[in-house]
Parts: sequence; C-alpha cells; structure tokens
Amino acid sequence: MYQEVLQTESVAAKKTHISVKGLNVQIGSQHILKDINIDIPDKKVTSIIGPSGCGKTTLLKTFNRLLDTSSDVKITGKVLVDGENIYDPGIEVTRIRKKMGLLSQRPCPLPMSIYDNVAYGPRIHGTRKKAVLDELVERQLRATGLWEEVKDRLNASANRLSIGQQQRLCLARGLAVSPEIILGDESTSALDPVSTHIIENLFIKLKEKYSIVLVTHILRQAARISDYIIFVYMGKVIEAGPAEQVLQDPQEELTKQYVKGYIT
Amino acid sequence: MKRRKFEELFFKGLMLLATIIISGSLFLIVGTIFYKGAPYMNLDMITKTPGGGFYIGKEGGILNAIIGSLYIAGGATVLGLAISIPVAIFINMYINGKTFLVNTLRMAYDVLFGIPSIVYGAFGFLIMVCFGLRASLLGGIIAVTLLVIPILVRTLDEVIRTVPSELGDATLSLGATRWETAKVILRQIRPGIFTAILLSFGRAIGDVASVLFTAGFSDNIPTSLHEPAASLPLAIFFQLSSPVAEVQGRGYASALVLTVIVLIITILSEICIRKFYKQKA
Amino acid sequence: MNYEQSTIEMYRLRLFKDRVFSKVMLVCTLVSVSVVLLIGIGLYLHSVPVLHKLSWGTLITSSIWKPMKGLFGFYPFIMGTLWVTAISIIIALPLCILTAVYITEYAPSRIKKILSPFVNLLSGIPPVIFGVWGVLFIIPLIQSHIAPHFVDFSTGYSVLAGGIVLAVMIFPLIVSIITEVLRTIPQDLRDASSSLGATKWETTKKVVLRKALPGIIAALVLAISRAFGETIAVLMVCGNNAVVPHSVFDPGYPLPALIANNYGDMMSIPLYDSALMFAALLLFIIILLFNIISRVILARLERKLAA
Repeated sequence: MYQEVLQTESVAAKKTHISVKGLNVQIGSQHILKDINIDIPDKKVTSIIGPSGCGKTTLLKTFNRLLDTSSDVKITGKVLVDGENIYDPGIEVTRIRKKMGLLSQRPCPLPMSIYDNVAYGPRIHGTRKKAVLDELVERQLRATGLWEEVKDRLNASANRLSIGQQQRLCLARGLAVSPEIILGDESTSALDPVSTHIIENLFIKLKEKYSIVLVTHILRQAARISDYIIFVYMGKVIEAGPAEQVLQDPQEELTKQYVKGYIT
Repeated sequence: MKRRKFEELFFKGLMLLATIIISGSLFLIVGTIFYKGAPYMNLDMITKTPGGGFYIGKEGGILNAIIGSLYIAGGATVLGLAISIPVAIFINMYINGKTFLVNTLRMAYDVLFGIPSIVYGAFGFLIMVCFGLRASLLGGIIAVTLLVIPILVRTLDEVIRTVPSELGDATLSLGATRWETAKVILRQIRPGIFTAILLSFGRAIGDVASVLFTAGFSDNIPTSLHEPAASLPLAIFFQLSSPVAEVQGRGYASALVLTVIVLIITILSEICIRKFYKQKA
Repeated sequence: MNYEQSTIEMYRLRLFKDRVFSKVMLVCTLVSVSVVLLIGIGLYLHSVPVLHKLSWGTLITSSIWKPMKGLFGFYPFIMGTLWVTAISIIIALPLCILTAVYITEYAPSRIKKILSPFVNLLSGIPPVIFGVWGVLFIIPLIQSHIAPHFVDFSTGYSVLAGGIVLAVMIFPLIVSIITEVLRTIPQDLRDASSSLGATKWETTKKVVLRKALPGIIAALVLAISRAFGETIAVLMVCGNNAVVPHSVFDPGYPLPALIANNYGDMMSIPLYDSALMFAALLLFIIILLFNIISRVILARLERKLAA
C-alpha cells in the first residue's frame, strides 16, 4: 500500500476527468469556496484534505450538483466533466448525477430490502427485466464483497445489516448505475477499523475502473490510499499535487503546518 | 426521460392545487363569518346579557355566553393543569425506568385523547346524576376538565421529553430530590407549558358536545358554581336556530366573536411555540 | 442548632416533600387513567335497561327507530357515522398528503414559514363555526350546483355535506402530523436518492413517503378518531334523518348527532336515556377498538421497516 503512495506519476501526463475553473460558491451571506481551480485526474484516488468547515464537503457536492438542493446558493464558474460544463443551463441534472456515485458519511440505506436498494438506481433509469436486475445486483454485491454475506437474505430489510455492511451496500448501490466517478464524503468516519480497512481496499481496487474523489480529515487514510492530494483551507485551494509530495515535501507554509502532525 | 419529467410536473401541479385548496378554505371560512356577522356586530353584543325576548329579536347581547365560556374554559384548564402536570412529571421522572408501565400509560392517555367530546359529555352527565348535581357551571367544568386532561398530558409529556436527560442528571447529581429536579425541569419548559394551556383553553372554549348536557344554559351570568352557565357555542347554535332573521344575524355575529377569540389564542400559541423552539436551538 | 443538625433537619424535610409529592402524582395518574374504565363501565351500566329489552344483535342491526314504542335500531346511525367519516377521509387524505409534501419538500423557504402556521390556524377554529360555514356555503353549493348533475332532488343536507365539512375540519390535524413526520426524515436519505439520478418527485415517491408510511398511518388513525366523534358540525349539515344512506346525496344521522339532538327528550320517554347511553357506549367501543387495532398494525409496520 505504501508503495502505491510513493508512485510519483506526474498528473499532467494523465487524462483529467473533472476540471474546475474559477469556481465560487456562496451560501447565504458566506463565501464558502473562493476561486477554485483544480483538476481531478482520471482513474486515480484523489483526496481532499483540510480542517473542518473549510469547504471540503461543499466542493464535493458541487461535483454532482447536490448543492442545488440547499437553499440560497449562488454558484459561479465552471465544473467540466469530460469537457462538459455541468452547470450549463441546458444540462439534464439527473444525467450528471448518474455519472457520479456518492458515498456519504453515515451509511444511509434506503427504506427497502437489500435487493431493492441496489436495484433502485437501474429501475429508475428504465431497467425493468428481472433477469437483468438479478445479474446486476449480484455483480455489484460481489464487487463490494457483500455477496457471500447477504446472498441468502436479499429480501431482508437493509436496515438489518451492520454499519460496515450498510456502507458497502451503499457503495454497491452507487456502482449499480454505472457511474464514472465515485465521490466519498468522509465515508469511513462512522465505521470501525475493520470495516474501514475493507472499504479503503475497495477504493484502491475500484480505481481501475472509476475516478475516485474522497474527502477526509484523517491524514493517515489520505496517505494510505491516495494518488493525488488537494489541500483546502478556508475555501481556497492551497496546494495540490501527487500524494507523496504534498505530505512529505509540501511547498506552501499552511500545508506544512497542517501535515506537521503526520510528518513527525 | 420525458415521461419522468412529465410525472414530476404533474404532481407538482397537484400539490400546488391541494395547498391552495387547503389554505383557501381558511380564508373562506373566516371570511364568510366576518361577512355575515360584521353587519350585526355592535358593542351591545359583547357588553350586555340577553334581555327578555332576545331570541325573538329584542335587545341584549351575549355577555352571558362570553363570561360563561370563559369561566368554564378557565376552570377546566386550571383543574386540568393541576392534574396533568403531576401526571406528566410522574411518567417522565418517577417511573421512566419501567418501560412497559410507561408505554401502557401513554397508550391509555392516547385513547383518552381520542374519545369524542360527546362521550365525555354523556359521562359528565352520568357523574352529575350520580352526585345529584343539576346542570350547572360545576357540571360543565367537570366535563370539560375530563376532555382537556388528555390534551394537557399529551402536550406536556411531549414537551418534557424534549428536555435533554443531562439536565435531570445534573440536578440529581447535585443531591437534589426528584421533586426539586422536577421543579427545575418545569421552569425550563415554561413556554411549553404556556402553549399547552393555550391549546387546551382553545379547545375548551369552542367545544359544544361536552357542555351540552352538563352546563345547561342561562341568560344570566352565573354567580355560583351551582347555577347553569351559558356557553358561546350553544348561544350561537340557539340563535341560528331561531326563525327570526335578526336573531340569526346576531348568531353570525356571535360566531364572529368566538372566531376572533380563538384566532387570538391560536396566534398566541404559535408565537409561544416559536419562542420555545428558538430557546432550545 | 449547629450547622449539621439544621442540614439534617432540612434533608428530612426535603425527603418528606419528595415522598408526599410522589404519592400525590401517583394518585393523580391513577385517577385520570381510570377514567377510561369508568367511562366504559358507567356507560355500560346505564345501557343495561335497554339491553335487557333488546339484544346486542337487534340493537346493532335493526333499522327500526321508534322510541315511543321502545324500538331502538341503531343500524342507520352506525351507517350514517361510517358514511360521513369515509367521505371525509377520502377527501382529506390525498389533499393533505400532497400539501404536506409540498410544504416540506418543494416550497421555497419564505412560503414555508407562512404556510405551516397558517394551516395550524385552521385547527383552532371551533367545530360550531365549521357547522355555520357548512350551512351557509356548502349546503347551497350542493343543492344548486353539485346535486343536480346526479340526482333529481336534494335539499343539500346530506352525508356529502357532512363529509366535506368534516374533511375541512381535519385538514390541519393531518397536515401538521405528516409535515412533522416528513421533517424528521434525514436529508441524507434524499441526497442518496438524488445522487443516483432520481428526480425530486421520484425521491419523494419512492423513498421519503415510504419511510414516512408509519407516520402517515398514525395521522390517518387520529383523523378517523376525530371524524367519528365530531358532533356539532356534522349535526348542522347532515339532515338528521334516521335512514340508511344509499348515496352521498342522502341525508344521514351519525351517532353523535343522535345523542346531541335528543338529549332534551331523553328523560321523558322510557328507555330513551338508556338507549342514548348505549349510543355513547357504541361510540366509545368503536373508538377504543380502533385505537388498539391501529396500534398493533403500526407496531408491526415499524418492526418490518426498521432495524
């Protein structure tokens, strides 16, 4: 695992999946995100780190336009996904959201059975045939390592699972709509160490097929699994670069102070 | 995709329609009462008791009913509070370990809450017959108290449950007795208590079925508990049943008086609820 | 006394107060809870005379209502109550769910702040006012504008009028409960559904309302209880005709109206008072059963949906 962090691939040479240009977000009277310009690389794990309340989650929510649901939000700037600005007035929001899977901090299984949870997304987007759904559900449950544990009780309520299992279920649910990007908002902070370990390994495996953006306040986790790190402080991007470089040899003063605890 | 969008728009339209219908009915009702009642509204109505022949068109007002209702609702609320506050405290502080008991008690009060006021009226009548009481202020107060107790207990119970257990724990660990802790908690929920009072008073003053058998009716303001008492809802009802147009009009004016009183109470209790939740936030 | 002695004295006094008050509270609780039993027993005892004359079965299923001859068939009144309640729920429930959803999920925050208390204002209006409004507004509406499309003649005094008036009366109750329930559903759940690409309505329909189902049923139960027992508003618009309604335009005579209307004659006709007490007992039993059954259903539902 440590080996992967040491890889110092230059990001510019790989494809960029999300490109943020001049993003400013205001909620009510507070200017939360100030002039953000970053690139999220394709098929890598990118972690957004920084102290609490500095806009990390807000930044993540702009990627799948979940911020639209909050009241009193003003957004200027562009967020380009595969070259397409998702804040264009003509854009179909549900299509954008389908491209991104969100894993929130506390697992929130939908109030239905395990099977229905995973099948929820595909059903909404038009898949009805039972055979197709069956295969889809099994595939995603296997991908998140849940299949063996739940295959005999697919019709049981999802609330019966343990928290670690629920979070994996949410991941399977998100994967079922064939996204391209996975967003994680402190997705392991409510879990015990064993479940955390399982989910972290899943992220590492999944980056073969998906781009992964994680928000975390645990520096060790960022070190364990990230290829690329973005440090956000008070709504501004202070530093961004390959993980090993930002953590071991930060350029900015603020970054140095934040990761101080980790380095020593 | 088009179908999904259409479905969304369709239901959004339905929702808007439903909301307009429901909020529109408030306007309609209050508006109709004002429209019909305002022409007959004058100072005499609220300052005089009915003169002879009031019900066939002669002079007077409904002061008897106004005061009567205030007495009944006031008496019932005071009596109800005296019983409900101990009950609410008892459930939440003294026996809150024994879940089965607490749940059964709460269910019992929920059942009491659901019993219609006419059953309370009939039961109140039975009590009066049992004790040899005649239709009177006392009878009315008893019946309405029975009606109001479940409302108070339920509201107070909910309010006490919002107090975080840390408050009680902190007080108890200072060596206070349960009763002293209860006093602290009661102070904490003062606006909530006020809300409960307003809610029950509003219900008490407007209810007909419970006073129908028990309070009687009189053209005079009751001077003792054993005299029959008029109530606003009954006064409205009698006036409206009269064949004389003038009297019917006065019935609408009486309805106007009752509506205004109740609206004031409801608005006050809304403000109280806001204050209570702001205090907690 | 020195300090220790006075503290001990005070301690004993405090403990004494505590014990006294806890006894007082116990008594208050016992007395008020026992009202349930007392009502049931009291009403039953006073119904015994009429039960001696006619059996339970006859009383409930017979339609013959001739108090002078001592014949009391409650069937029309029971049906009248059921008709009026059913109509009010059919009208109120969909409207209220839609409104509650609008208030919590769709309304802009400015409108939300006004709407909620506004709907609550309706809840304070006394039933008799609704009755007045019913007579002034609904009766003519039915007589002149609605009924002519369906039947030859209607005075407007009908179970439909009763149902409409009742529905408006229970609007604020249902809306406020469902709004509360919807408000407690965590935003995370909605976000999760949105993130999968669902539209707002799909999220509401498939996730939010599903999670709120126990709460909605609880609101329904409360509303039905209230509708069953409402007396004066229905009395003023129902027609008070002791026949079994066969269409919504027929008059009806719900149980509470029966009791309230004949209270005056009660003492002068033999067995009449006992019969009316029996009517009250019927109401009491129906509501009691209803409460218990709905609790059982709710508990089972909650066990199925939750962990």
